[in-house]
Amino acid sequence: MSTSVRGPSAARPAAGTPPAAGRGHQHRRPVVQRILGTNPLGWLFSAPYLVFVIAIFAFPLCFSVYMSFFDYFFAAPGANVDRPFVGLANYTQAFSDPAVLQSFVNVGIFLIINVPLTVVLALLLASGLNSIVRFRTFLRVSYYVPYVTASVATIAVWLFLFGQSGLVNQLLGPLAPSPSWLSNPALAMPSIAIYVTWKGLGFYILLYLAALQNVPTELYESAATDGAGKVRQFFSVTLPGVRPATVLVLLLATITGANLFTEPYLLTGGGGPEGRSTSPVLLIYQQGIQQGHPGYASAIGVMLVIGVLIIGWLQNRFVGGRNES
Amino acid sequence: MTAEITTTPRGGGRRPGRRPRRGRRDLGTPRRLTRGQVILQGIVLTIGAIAFLFPFYYMLVGSLQNAPDTSIAGAFPNPANLTLNNYVQINSRINLLTGLVNSGIFTGGVLLFTVVFGVLAGYSLAVLQWRGRGVTFALALLVQTVPFQLLMIPLYVLIARNYGLADNYLGMILPFAINSAAVLIFRQYFLQLPRELFDAARVDGAGEFRLLWRVALPLVRPALVTVLLLTFIGPWNEFLWPFLITKEASLQPLAVSLANYISTVAGSTANPYGAILSGAVVLAAPVVVLFIVFQRYFTSTDLGSSVKG
Repeated sequence: MSTSVRGPSAARPAAGTPPAAGRGHQHRRPVVQRILGTNPLGWLFSAPYLVFVIAIFAFPLCFSVYMSFFDYFFAAPGANVDRPFVGLANYTQAFSDPAVLQSFVNVGIFLIINVPLTVVLALLLASGLNSIVRFRTFLRVSYYVPYVTASVATIAVWLFLFGQSGLVNQLLGPLAPSPSWLSNPALAMPSIAIYVTWKGLGFYILLYLAALQNVPTELYESAATDGAGKVRQFFSVTLPGVRPATVLVLLLATITGANLFTEPYLLTGGGGPEGRSTSPVLLIYQQGIQQGHPGYASAIGVMLVIGVLIIGWLQNRFVGGRNES
Repeated sequence: MTAEITTTPRGGGRRPGRRPRRGRRDLGTPRRLTRGQVILQGIVLTIGAIAFLFPFYYMLVGSLQNAPDTSIAGAFPNPANLTLNNYVQINSRINLLTGLVNSGIFTGGVLLFTVVFGVLAGYSLAVLQWRGRGVTFALALLVQTVPFQLLMIPLYVLIARNYGLADNYLGMILPFAINSAAVLIFRQYFLQLPRELFDAARVDGAGEFRLLWRVALPLVRPALVTVLLLTFIGPWNEFLWPFLITKEASLQPLAVSLANYISTVAGSTANPYGAILSGAVVLAAPVVVLFIVFQRYFTSTDLGSSVKG
């Protein structure tokens, strides 16, 4: 690839010019370079991205935590209004609000079903795809397609498939649950969890496929020499080999699960039945934007993120398996 | 480093005996399976693929049914029950073309910002030496783990209320303007270019902008396709943010107007499922087609590097 630039001009520096120039460089560097580094232009190139990160991530993040301690409400821009500091009132209110607690229980049910299912299926399918020879591209693409398609579009089909008289119930015949999947209080959240597993699995397969490339072949060879069968090889070579990927998949699946909004909003008609599929983000939307309590909504958001951080830390602790910490 | 692994066609690799040259794509592949295991594996993967593809097939079939047929026979197209009427129906309720144009503007804006500023940031992270580079790199990794649910309310307050950018394309684009995964993919590709290349061009007096535009960028063209593809699916499929920020129907991306149709007006249509599924086909088709055409750029190593850093 370097041939495209190798010409008479590009060959010249090899003849000893750069060392001399480099030495002179080190002794008297301009002030700008001493403060900003050898290539101050790097700052300029990264400046738009840094501004973006500060404006869209860092500042709103702090603003959100700030808002959660105030009785914040919407006002016309520039209007000088009093938004009283309420301390932890938003948090205590959230902890005693049955709807909030229910939504956290719901997301817990979701994670218990979705996360292990995602990890197991993604790893199994990725191992299969990694070693299969025929139709590899076709199979790979079929698993990725749900991931690249809009949730709104795939939800439309699931509504059709899992409706009262949908194809799934037709196939099940007398075994069909009543009330049907999405309107059954006990089945609504598990149905959403299965839908999300199906929708996102492609991405996790992709991550595992990348990780599987890094498991050294010699390990399989020596395991086979020691008489380990395929199953044994999977548990003693593949599984430890992809452990960093597993930690990542666990974390990303948990974050995605905590972000659940579109599915309960559309699939179960806004968190129904009886609020049994309400997600915290749906509540944040209802409280913060529909009902105009952004402070309260932010408090729910902060609680949710702290929950995710704790789960993520536990996952890293117990699955990461590193000696430090 | 092993970017070819998932894309290499397996031509000639099927000979059962000893391979003359062990290809790199063999790395990490468990040793040969027995015939029975291969067949079992094939069956499992095929059943899985059917489960993943069937809803898409069903979406298409359902969108063409005159009367919704949820029976098992309804899963097969019945010539007597085929119609394009559902597409006309949905188009009269939500303007599909307007929705597609809005999705296109939203996605196009994000792509433009991501490519221009993402390339600059990726280049400075990979090639240039400057103080704060490590911190910026760490930020790009960290940002991807920040959950949107915490940003939703403050961003809404800032963008819709304080800056008055509700019902505005810019307001829609801003939170997604620069895709951090794209920055990391660009960085990864620029890192793979030989250093001498840059040193040589610099000695020749090329400025950094020229170097980036004339030397580095043409060499990372595959990264450009990967980034475009990956970034495209984000805003095109995004529902929550444009849903919050656009109340005016003529500005809503297709995902939002279709969702509004599903949640509110669908009941008043003769064949709501047919209409909904037609809208779903129109929303899904551009991404699925683009993805299938460019799937070889959607490889595990390209994207893996962006998340692993």
